This record gives sequence, C-alpha cells and structure tokens, in this order.
Amino acid sequence: MSKTKLDEINRNIYNIKNKDEYDFKIKKGLTPEIIEEISKQKDDPKWMREFRLRALEVYNKLELPTWGPDLSELDMNEIATYVRPKTSLSTSWEDVPEDIKNTFDKLGIPEAEKESLAGVGAQYDSEVVYHSMKEELIKQGVIYTDMESAVKKYPELVKEHFMKCVPVHDHKFVALHGAVWSGGSFVYVPKGVKVDIPLQSYFRLNSPESGQFEHTLIIVDEGASLHFIEGCSAPKYNKVNLHAGCVELYVKDNAYLRYSTIENWSKNMLNLNTKKAIVGKNAKMDWVSGSFGSKISMLYPMSILNGEGAKSEYTGISFAGGGQNLDNGFKVIHNAKNTSSVVNAKSISKNGGKCTYRSLVRINENAGGSKSSVSCESLMLDDISISDTIPVNDIRTDDVEFSHEASIGKISDKTIFYLMSRGLSEEDAKAMIVRGFAYPISKELPVEYAVEMNNLINLELEGAIG
Amino acid sequence: MSNKLLEIKDLYVNAEEKEILKGINLNINKGEIHVIMGPNGSGKTTTANAILNNPCYKKVNGSITFDGKDITNLKTDEIARSGIFMSFQLPEEIPGVSVTNFLKYAKNKITGKPVKIFEFKKELAKSMEELNMNPKNMERSLNVGFSGGEKKKNEILQMLVLNPKLAILDETDSGLDVDAIKTVSKGIEMFKNKNNAVLIITHNTKILHSLKVDYVHILVNGKIVKTGKQDLAREIEENGYGEYK
Repeated sequence: MSKTKLDEINRNIYNIKNKDEYDFKIKKGLTPEIIEEISKQKDDPKWMREFRLRALEVYNKLELPTWGPDLSELDMNEIATYVRPKTSLSTSWEDVPEDIKNTFDKLGIPEAEKESLAGVGAQYDSEVVYHSMKEELIKQGVIYTDMESAVKKYPELVKEHFMKCVPVHDHKFVALHGAVWSGGSFVYVPKGVKVDIPLQSYFRLNSPESGQFEHTLIIVDEGASLHFIEGCSAPKYNKVNLHAGCVELYVKDNAYLRYSTIENWSKNMLNLNTKKAIVGKNAKMDWVSGSFGSKISMLYPMSILNGEGAKSEYTGISFAGGGQNLDNGFKVIHNAKNTSSVVNAKSISKNGGKCTYRSLVRINENAGGSKSSVSCESLMLDDISISDTIPVNDIRTDDVEFSHEASIGKISDKTIFYLMSRGLSEEDAKAMIVRGFAYPISKELPVEYAVEMNNLINLELEGAIG
Repeated sequence: MSNKLLEIKDLYVNAEEKEILKGINLNINKGEIHVIMGPNGSGKTTTANAILNNPCYKKVNGSITFDGKDITNLKTDEIARSGIFMSFQLPEEIPGVSVTNFLKYAKNKITGKPVKIFEFKKELAKSMEELNMNPKNMERSLNVGFSGGEKKKNEILQMLVLNPKLAILDETDSGLDVDAIKTVSKGIEMFKNKNNAVLIITHNTKILHSLKVDYVHILVNGKIVKTGKQDLAREIEENGYGEYK
C-alpha cells in the first residue's frame, strides 16, 4: 500500500493531553458566587456581569430536554466551568508557550498559518492564546478578535448582538452558556467589504472535567462577504466532558456568509452546541458541517430567513461509531417572501453507532413564493448500527415549493466484490465508498480541511472492518 | 518458460447451496482468446465469479492455477493483483469517486507503484478517445448515470488501464448495439498481445463477428460439453444449444 499523506496521520494526535497546567480552576458546581468570580476574573463590564447572573437564573429554572438522546449521565456539579491557561493573550507565535505550541504543531496550525490563511485565533482551554491577522484586513476595517476583547473594545456592537440571535431562554444549555461563556471569536465585516480569504479559528479542550463554552459572534454587514472556518478536536478523558458553545451569525441585507466547521470531539464528550444565523434581505448563508467524535451530540444549526429573498444552504455529514449517538440536523425558518433553503445532510454509522437526522422546516404565512428542498442520506456500514430520520415540516402557506427526500443504504457485497476485483482490499473498498459518500460535503471544504475530513473518515474506519 | 496461464481442474461450485458448476476443466495459454458460450443458467457467470473467488460462490471441489500459482482460495483482491481482471455484466456505481481517481487508485494497488498523474491522465484520455468515450466521463462519478453502453465501455477502459494478464469479459457484449460491440472488439484487440489472454463469456455470438478467437467452449448445465474453434460459434448461431441439452 502506498503511503499517502492521508494514511500518515495517527489517531494519537487527537488525543494529546498536555500537563494540566492551569493557574486557576474554579470550584465545582454553579452558584451566583461562582458566576461573580468568573466575571471578576474576566474583568467583565457591569452589563456582562449582570447578563451572566440573569442567564444563571434562567438556567436554574429550565429543565433538561425531554426529547432526543438521554443526558441523565450529565452531572453539572462535576464540571468545572472555567479553566484559564497559563498564558495571557499573545500576539505572535513566538510568545506562545512551548507545550501549547507542541500541541498545536501536531494539529497543523502553524502550517495553516504558513499557507497564508488570513488569521488564526486558536483557543487553548478557555482562552485565546494566539491571534494574528493580516494587515489588509485591518485596513479594510474588519474586526477579528477574541470574544472577551470584543466585549471591552466594541461594547456597542457586542451589546446589540450578543445572545440576541440565540436568546438564553432557548434551552437549558444556552442559559448555562450565557452564564459561564468563555473565549471564542468575534468577527465584524463592515458594509460592502469582501473578505476573499477564509478566516479560521481552531479550538480544543484540554483540561479534565472542564466544560467549554466558547462564544462565536459574526456580523457580516450589508453587502459584505466572509468565509469563516472553525475546526476543533479534543483529547480524550475518562470523565464526562460537556461542550455547550454558542455560535451567532448575522448576515445582513445582500451579504454572504459561509460558515464551515469540522467538529471532532473525543469519544466521551457531550456536544450540545447551539448555532443560529439571522439572514437579511437577499442575503445568503451557507453552512458546511462535519460532525465527528463525541459520545452524544445534539447539534441543529438554524437559519432564520428574515429578509425577502434570503437564502440558506446546509451541507453536513455526521459519522457515528460504536457507543456514539449523534442527533444532528438542520432547522430553517422561512419568515419572508421568496426565501429559499437547500439541505443536503448525510450520515454514516458503524459498529453500533447511532445517527439521527432531526430537522425542522417552517415556512410561515408571510413567506409566499418560498422554496425548500431537503435531502438526507444515511449509510450504515453493518447490521448493528442505527440510522433514523425525524423531519418536522411545518408549512403554513400554499404558495411554496417543498420537497423532502430521505434514503438509508448499506454497502452491498456486490460493490465490495467489484472494487476488490480491481485490486482493492476489503478495507480499501469500504473506505473508498465512504469517502465517495462524503465527497459532496468534503468538496465544499477548503482543501486542507477536506484532507482532514478524509483523515478522520479513515481513522474512524480503522478497525471497523471484520 | 511455460505458456500456461490459467488452469481450472475439476471445479465444482455451489451458489446458495445449489450445485452450479459440475466439474469444469479449462486451460488457457498466453496469447489465446477463449469463448465460453452457453444458454442462460448454464453457469457462465458462476465460472467468472469462481475464478475471482466471489465469496457468494462456494467452491466444493477442484483447483484454479494462475501463472504457476494456486489461486483457488486467494481473496478477490489478491487474485486481481496477481493479474486477473473481470469485466462485469452489471458494473457497480460508486458515487463521489471519479473515474480518474478510481482508476488511479486501482492502478496503484495492482502495480504496487506510484502513479504519475500527468502521464496517467494522458494515457487515460488516449484510451477513451479510441473507445469513442466522452472525455468528460473521466471526472464523473464511476458508472453513476452512465448508460448501459457507457458502463460496458468503461469496463473495457479499465481493462486497458489495469493491463491484466488475463481479462475475463462477462457478457460484456450483451445489450449493446452493433457500433458499441465493434468498439468493445477494438478494445480487446488493443489489449491483446502474445503474453496475455482473454476469456469471453457470452450467451450470443454477435461479438464473434468482429473478433477472431482461438477456442470456443460450450457450457451447458455446469459442464463444458464441447470445445471447438470459431466455427463452433457459427454452428450454435444457426442451430442453438438444443442438441447439447
């Protein structure tokens, strides 16, 4: 077998754990005192401190969701909510401490930087340790910074948008997020500015029993455009790990945003991430999403098409192995005339893994002339894996074009035999079929991410055959 | 050096517990084109699948030797890598994998050597042109949305690219129009040389109008009942299999 770049990546790089070097770790459990402490540590302005405390109240009132995967194993008191790395914000790679650098090296971050990508905000534990940005972006007035800095430096912009797209009452984990959020990225692209190179951020968890609650807030102003990429992988731990991040995207009139993400969480992680976009008149929001790893995932990105002629496209894939329950999908609300949405969702399950596609398409009374087309395909690699589709279609006007297609398939012995007759081993044959299945998603990703996704697929398939 | 390429000895094969092949003997030498003809259900496709050791077919008795090596119980991919190719009656569709990428990957597996993409693409384009194939098919997903004729030509293309020692063509001519059959014959002629061999499996004789063959075997009810030269095919064309049943 030829050694290609794809084969050389070792699973271990996703399971690197550095010495647990933190200078501050908060007491377990959640009380107003703890929230105050977090806020003080972060030097929050008054409004943010009050916001956190209000969110905590909401959190304490809300119940765990009664639908979807069983979350009863989650003991919030066990999860320390805030871990700060030893470093404070750095501006150049040289300033980043050595062991943190090593971890990032293995994740390929400096390479990505070398390839002249626009900026890297890499989150280590809960705070951004490395941040850089090309001069030209600054000249164009693009703001790309970590969320804490944005709160201090751009209070008006942040106040106007922070948790307005995803309000804290949405569900319990969003309320939790509002109370304890830490780290994340803030991007503002001014009117008419086209950012032609993708901005990207990496983040990962690196502390036992710590949750990660990063907040991403992106505002693409009228007529502007941006491609933002978030990639993440996490080391492995024995204890339950919770990820309850929040992504808020504002795509103003005539603007364009593409938000691409590959999530690869360690297999003990509960990934309860909330992502929403509000899309303005004739604006377009594209989602590209690869969901790997995690023990349980509940992930339903949502587009709210608020302006006439707004469009949204979602392209996503989930891969569930043994012991994994990935409950993923997409939601879209058509809330203005002539809006359109396209959903292309795929899932792969093997070794008893479970993939559920759970979706919502709502077309309101006021959204005449709108179109929505949904396609979801599942591939099961054996007889013990599970795949399910739970679509909710709530269409409140007759003047719409709507289609929904779903298919569930298995790899047939005939196909395997065909490929083996061309010299491919059984494993190679399965991997080729799976990569082909995932191709419509990987082709939407920048090449280095497509390579990473193929790596992940290969890693997930290893040992799955036989 | 021996001229012997394939030797099948007393081969018995079951499919789904049913006895299909009942003692096949077949010798193919380098430089030869053989044809196995027979009515539907006589065991033609089973023969091809048994040579490639398709796990759906169970060998009960007998042996297959290829190029001096016992391949009876090798895995399909090992048999392919030892130099046997099979053109499928119903080629499988592989969404998301382009013809180019598929063949490049397969070529690498078969030869064990890296494939130089520029030369490879040039070679591929040339073969496609000779087979009257649309060069755009190169970037399409393998067999997805291909017409019956395009799929069959694509099999011949794969044969040319992978360049096996023995090519087994299972019903490659069936369902094709006259022009497409000529293209397939042309592909076989392009492939053929004194060091390799072809085994054509078919239930009709159309392809033999445009291709010269060395041996014709009549397979009926799991046994080769008669072996002859090209004129045996003509005889079948006129009289059918009636007298062999």
